Amino acid sequence: MLFGQSSPGRLAENVMHFARVLRSAGMPVGSDRVMTALAALQVAGLESKRDFHAVLAACLVDRAEHRALFDQAFVLFWRDPDLMGRMRALLLPKVNVKDGATPPPENRRLGEALFPHQPNKPPDEPEQDQIEINAELTWNDREVLRQADFDTMSADEWREAQRLLRALNLVFEPLPTRRSRRATRPGRPDWRATLAAMARHGGELGDLRWRAPRQQPAPLVVLADISGSMSRYSRMLLHFAHALGHADAKVESFVFGTRLTRTTRLLKSRDPDLAVGQVVRAVADWSGGTRITTSLHEFNQRWARRVLSGRSTVLLISDGLEHGDTTALAHEMDRLHKCCRRLVWLNPLLRFEQFEPRAAGIKAMLPFVDRFLPAHNLNSLADLVAVLARRDDDARSGRPPH
Amino acid sequence: MSPTADTALPTSIDDTLARLAALDYVADRQLATGVYLALKLQRPLFLEGEPGTGKTEIARTLAAMLGRPLIRLQCYEGLDLAGAAYEWNYGRQMMEIRLAEGTGMQRDALAAELFSERFLTKRALLQAIDPANAVPPVLLIDELDRADEPFEAFLLEVLADYQITIPELGTVKAPPGRPPIVILTSNRTREIHDAVKRRCLYHWVDFPDAARELDILRRRVPGASDELARQIVAFVQKLRSIELYKLPGIAETIEWTRALMELDAVVLDPEVIQHTLGVLLKYQDDIVRLQGSEAARLLAQVREEARVVAG
Repeated sequence: MLFGQSSPGRLAENVMHFARVLRSAGMPVGSDRVMTALAALQVAGLESKRDFHAVLAACLVDRAEHRALFDQAFVLFWRDPDLMGRMRALLLPKVNVKDGATPPPENRRLGEALFPHQPNKPPDEPEQDQIEINAELTWNDREVLRQADFDTMSADEWREAQRLLRALNLVFEPLPTRRSRRATRPGRPDWRATLAAMARHGGELGDLRWRAPRQQPAPLVVLADISGSMSRYSRMLLHFAHALGHADAKVESFVFGTRLTRTTRLLKSRDPDLAVGQVVRAVADWSGGTRITTSLHEFNQRWARRVLSGRSTVLLISDGLEHGDTTALAHEMDRLHKCCRRLVWLNPLLRFEQFEPRAAGIKAMLPFVDRFLPAHNLNSLADLVAVLARRDDDARSGRPPH
Repeated sequence: MSPTADTALPTSIDDTLARLAALDYVADRQLATGVYLALKLQRPLFLEGEPGTGKTEIARTLAAMLGRPLIRLQCYEGLDLAGAAYEWNYGRQMMEIRLAEGTGMQRDALAAELFSERFLTKRALLQAIDPANAVPPVLLIDELDRADEPFEAFLLEVLADYQITIPELGTVKAPPGRPPIVILTSNRTREIHDAVKRRCLYHWVDFPDAARELDILRRRVPGASDELARQIVAFVQKLRSIELYKLPGIAETIEWTRALMELDAVVLDPEVIQHTLGVLLKYQDDIVRLQGSEAARLLAQVREEARVVAG
């Protein structure tokens, strides 16, 4: 038995406290869910710890990836209902060393949620140069800036470039959906509206009402290489992805160096500097080496079926300099290509006039790419926006999703 | 036992487990808890998991267990109110207008008459909450991830209050205290909106462990020999531990067993595995991976482990 029969009030209190812990560990547990859990505990779950766990899980979890977090929090929290005592014990680390059992691998986030008063390690130093811009650039400077390579910009230019980026008018390729909207031009007849009108007019057939297919911007998936050679470009492209994310289309973003990290949620923050800063902090292998094949493999294996629909456009940002098995790379590219509507490869190496795809990695990837574009300055990004916005039926003939 | 006791709601988690098992559905305790709570609290149950893990089957089993009709709504992209909830019968309405012209009916009366229940075609959602139902049915909203996001918004009213508002007619509400049992499933090809999940109890349906899978297999394919069933389960469990694009679900295990029995296989051998891989694996890449020595190697491992356990 977890709780004394004599103190039913304690249970509600504890469940609420537990929910608060989950919430601060990043699980969205609303108070309505807590109410459900309490109602559920009235009918089941107090016979054994396992049932108690099952009941709380059914009511408080709503996402597969939160299960591990929930389980850990459950073990930690309900192992010892006297949480306050535990917290006090943790604040006095010296006294309790002999408490032998090795703790379970605790999530850091969870640790911070359970013991928020522990001194946290200081936040990472912001890496960006903190130079204030006090003068607007003149039009002429702007023209120069549009041509400037991201790699060689000064801090001022960099900031201004970000500002210009935000001003880009972001429109995505409009695709027809299977839903319809009212239309004024003849198309599909809208029988419901027509008959409603007829009923209003005593059965006289006036004009037929019409419907037309509704359009929706194509969803976009950004895969950005953040390895050493790419970091400057990727940073700007993350700003670009951030701007894209605030347009009205669905945008998913991932970054990869030696491994793949999903950054969609991190880029949701409104302030672009904050958002990109968060990504940089969250990703361990920023500016390290790159393993394109394994990263693409991980994306295909774990994410493609969840974030790609047959309508998606994929923006792959990488220099394609993979040293390794290029047949595997070609295989992964083929699969990626098959799972999306358009695969656009942005390669900053294209800025060199005499660029030829000689590297084995690039040669392996190119056959599976629908569009191959440069991405090294603002002009090329503006071109990219134009490509994204255009209805692009000839990228390849229509194909069903896999 | 009297028929009413047969179809009454289960009285505890253990009772739920036992009654599901009596219909050859071997649930794990967590799923049984979810089901029991859903019935008891009258909340929809949202089941997410890999394809072929028995999500749809639970709705069928529940319907059989409780003696309720099953209403199934298969989701697809572009599914709208007309396909899911109700549609006006335009042909009959048109006819009514013609007839009304003959009788000289008043305009208002005609308008009211045209949009009355007589001309309403009820689809799955409306059928499920129809107050005229003798018993509340089991409503299965299958593969919700296949529908597009706007459709999820249609569901909110049904899931929260078991009611549908028809602008021309008013609100149709399930009889109080007797709402339908709602099961939603998703293969997680995309995230379902939180607003839907919030109204439901959630359970992630995992692949079964070896003991449970063997139990399921024995119940579903009773003709298979004990030795064969054991080997099949061990082999499939092994398969799930290697990295495949699409892992075989319990549905595939059952299919494969049936296929092997058709081929009169008594035990697994590399050759027969080779010929029947297509039943188990649905991606060419995965099949290529297992062709040749890989399947034989896995089988040897499985046999070795079986020998260790037995010896």
